[in-house]
Amino acid sequence: MTVTLNVNGRDHAIDGDPATPLLYVLRDDLALNGAKYGCGLGQCGACTVLVDDKPVFACVTPLATLAGRRVRTVEGLGNGKLQQAFATEQAAQCGYCIAGMIMRAQALLERNPSPSEAQIRAHMQPNLCRCGTHMRILRAVRRAAEAP
Amino acid sequence: MARRAARLAGYVLCGVLAAGAIALALSHRASIAAIPRPDPASFAKDLVERGAALARIGNCAVCHTQAGGALYAGGRALATPFGTIYGTNITPDEASGIGSWPKDAFARALREGVARDGTHLYPAFPYEHFNALADADIDALYAFLMTRPAVAQQAPANRLIPPLGFRPLLAGWKLLFLHRDAAPADRGAYLVQVLAHCGACHTPRNGLGAERRDRPFAGGWSEGWYAPPLDGSNPSHRAWSEDRIAGYLRTGFDSNHAAAAGPMGPVARSLSGAPDADIRAIAAYVAKWIRQAPDAPALDRREAAAQIQPAGATLFAGACAACHENGAPMMLQGRPPLSFGTPLHETTPRDAILIVLQGLAPPLGDSGPAMPAFGDTFDDRQLADLTAYLRARFSTQPAWSSLEREVAAARKEGNAP
Ligand code: FES
Ligand code: FES
Repeated sequence: MTVTLNVNGRDHAIDGDPATPLLYVLRDDLALNGAKYGCGLGQCGACTVLVDDKPVFACVTPLATLAGRRVRTVEGLGNGKLQQAFATEQAAQCGYCIAGMIMRAQALLERNPSPSEAQIRAHMQPNLCRCGTHMRILRAVRRAAEAP
Repeated sequence: MARRAARLAGYVLCGVLAAGAIALALSHRASIAAIPRPDPASFAKDLVERGAALARIGNCAVCHTQAGGALYAGGRALATPFGTIYGTNITPDEASGIGSWPKDAFARALREGVARDGTHLYPAFPYEHFNALADADIDALYAFLMTRPAVAQQAPANRLIPPLGFRPLLAGWKLLFLHRDAAPADRGAYLVQVLAHCGACHTPRNGLGAERRDRPFAGGWSEGWYAPPLDGSNPSHRAWSEDRIAGYLRTGFDSNHAAAAGPMGPVARSLSGAPDADIRAIAAYVAKWIRQAPDAPALDRREAAAQIQPAGATLFAGACAACHENGAPMMLQGRPPLSFGTPLHETTPRDAILIVLQGLAPPLGDSGPAMPAFGDTFDDRQLADLTAYLRARFSTQPAWSSLEREVAAARKEGNAP
């Protein structure tokens, strides 16, 4: 089956099993390696991307769900204030979770440019950092929210 | 639909209870004089401890605490067919809580649904059940609540369908539906029927929101979730023995069924801290009601379901199989197969849909098995296909109809617990 997949504003004709998780398509077919494979079970958020501006786990998002929808990955984000804030706060240790963290935070800031601390924490809750830099990650999101 | 029906019911209520409004003059309730907050030290410690255990079984904190908020300080929104009601502050703050309530005002509220100042309380507060509370238990609950930290926090105003904001109507409602029940002698019956008020969710309600006494535990609704029957029509695939019920209430999980979902999640969290003897008594009583069935092997009609619902099979393979397919790592840890959960056997697809939309929190709080939310992954059509596949594969009940509409309704009406 061929699915037309729109990623970061560009259409790609993907020929494959419609049950294939989006994460594999991004990494194996499109060489977009920002989203990471952590658990493959929707439990860690390393694979988080945006589908129609909402954060989803790409590892449990079948290709079949994506016809006509817009996928955005960290590669499509450019170098904005969110990435800058992550760098300034030195939020990354090994960095494995960071693309997912940034995409989840991006969804929040697009919807709500000045979230409260409680909103940030509730929103970021599904994503896990194995290195334990959650406090820095939260600081980075807060910094980005406060940046002009 | 439900909203229109509720609105209609609202007007019916208005008509029927015009008489009630007249009866209002008769049923006007006096205000009970305020007192200064009782000194916490004036309550015996063992009385307070008994009250703490009773509050756990009564699930007081579930409705009277908002997410992330101070315990018992209220503010939690409760969605009902008649609008949104906010749990009130039951900490001993004198102004915004119940600190100025003498014990007889507290007892009157529990038994008759009347606040200290004489206003009628909505039956979302289960005085239909609490009216049979034992005096000694009311004493203990009073001692417990009066010794909690006082929190100044006013509950938001309720948002109800007109004319239901007019509280005197409730006097008429009570004339019709509030029965004075004797407390059952059996401990389990008392806890289930009175204190734990299980029927508030598990018993169907009539058009005016009163529990149907002719159909106890036949399955009801709670915050947009279906609360499955606890009687002979319980549709579980595996038996609910007394031990399994006790374990489920204690831990929010049973390996022959599933994890507590929806409003049952917070209830299980509350019950996890209740005394063991009481949990056993509740389980023994529920076991008398609930359908007993021999343990059947897991049900899996994989090939047939894929033929009936190929689109759903594809979605399952991509989104669900990594955890739920036979032989998946999670299954090898002893998690129950999907056929063991109740939702896929229920008459309504609501619970199954909501669990996929919202995911499942770990049963007892921060750690434990959790399912991610798929609400932003699937559109209504896709989730309808997936739900149809799940039903065909893991249940022998007839296919659900109008699933796409059911998904849209579930998105609108299902409260996140
Ligand atoms: S890799 Fe997708 S959530 Fe962990
Ligand atoms: S930085 Fe290593 S997992 Fe987050």
